[in-house]
Amino acid sequence: MARYESLLDACGGTPLVGLPRLSPTVPEGAPPVRLWAKLEDRNPTGSIKDRPALFMVREAEETGRLRPGDTILEPTSGNTGISLAMVAKLRGYRLVCVMPENVSSERVQLLRMYGAEIIFSPAAGGSNQAVATAKQIAAEHPDWVMLFQYGNPGNARAHYETTGPELLHDLPTITHFVAGLGTTGTLMGTGRYLREKVDGIQIVAAEPRYGELVYGLRNIDEGYVPELYDATVLSRRFSVGTRDAVLRTRQLVEVEGIFAGFSSGAILHAALAVAHEAVKAGQRADVAFVICDGGWKYLSTGAYGGTLAEAEDALEGQLWA
Amino acid sequence: MAIEVRVPTILRSYTGGSKVVEGSGATLSGLIDDLDAKHSGLKGRLLTPEGGLHRFVNVYVNDEDVRFLGALDAPLSDGDSVTILPAVAGGALGFAAAAALLRK
Repeated sequence: MARYESLLDACGGTPLVGLPRLSPTVPEGAPPVRLWAKLEDRNPTGSIKDRPALFMVREAEETGRLRPGDTILEPTSGNTGISLAMVAKLRGYRLVCVMPENVSSERVQLLRMYGAEIIFSPAAGGSNQAVATAKQIAAEHPDWVMLFQYGNPGNARAHYETTGPELLHDLPTITHFVAGLGTTGTLMGTGRYLREKVDGIQIVAAEPRYGELVYGLRNIDEGYVPELYDATVLSRRFSVGTRDAVLRTRQLVEVEGIFAGFSSGAILHAALAVAHEAVKAGQRADVAFVICDGGWKYLSTGAYGGTLAEAEDALEGQLWA
Repeated sequence: MAIEVRVPTILRSYTGGSKVVEGSGATLSGLIDDLDAKHSGLKGRLLTPEGGLHRFVNVYVNDEDVRFLGALDAPLSDGDSVTILPAVAGGALGFAAAAALLRK
């Protein structure tokens, strides 16, 4: 289908494309091992977050939690904010985003263009200050509605009802699903759906490993695991460092022509790991992974050019996924 | 050869400020005991009083989460690389802020 009543109706239904050049070569006569990329940058605001944003708003409207003219408050490092800003604009809500100041300037510009207000939490000084800021905002505005993507089951449900069925429809032979682990919504929702439908499916998480600044807690008890996270949905979980993420992001564009953000590179890194294992084991594999967004919002980081070491330096301390 | 262990900032007070330390062990459990013998107190920060891996501690062997490799029983070999990180997932500050908003 290519015609829609409005932009909101054009969410999802993204293409799944094969990666014949990045897929590993298998020995003569061995079963094929193929990589497939789901192009989530083809969503209305250019990221996979359009799915949960739209879904969470619709659910809140249906339950009466969200009424016309309300203010939505959301802590987000970028893409969800941009998606919510678009949905809020079209559905008549005001959006206030709380985000760390170490995200790329394109995200800030986009949010402001959509009319969202931004409250920055400091990048340095640990999370304590951000926590204090957040608490203060909530206390001052008890009437604001927080959809809370990290704990809202609607986030995972969006993927259970859309991303999962789309993948199975387009790739009935799927053996592995690989996605990024942030709010965990993509993996929980898509993972649950595919586990119900496909025997032996492997659900693989690629978790970005940032520079040290991001892990600057004062003590372990300040750590956080999203409420949505259920480890039993996953088969494996890889930690992918900045250098590997950048390397794979560059390969995506150089080898397959896909211009993606760095989180997609991290996901490809994990996808290649499981693909190569399948080759070694002589097993057939159809590995589907997610392209979360395009590279446009990250060009200002400078990490698409120069050596890998330079790119790594450019992304130090940034939330690149 | 030994097992190389990357220690996060938050735990470096136990390693004299060292970012990377060496240890040995046939399993993660063995490695943690060995590390605790050299860096006293480290074990108490990684494990709960009940002896499980702390909820907010993630340990990776060669970049893979040990919770999917047998957790404390995950087998180790010389030359493996172990990384310890606090659980903050994608964006510590955003998550912390989010959690704080919910707790009120």
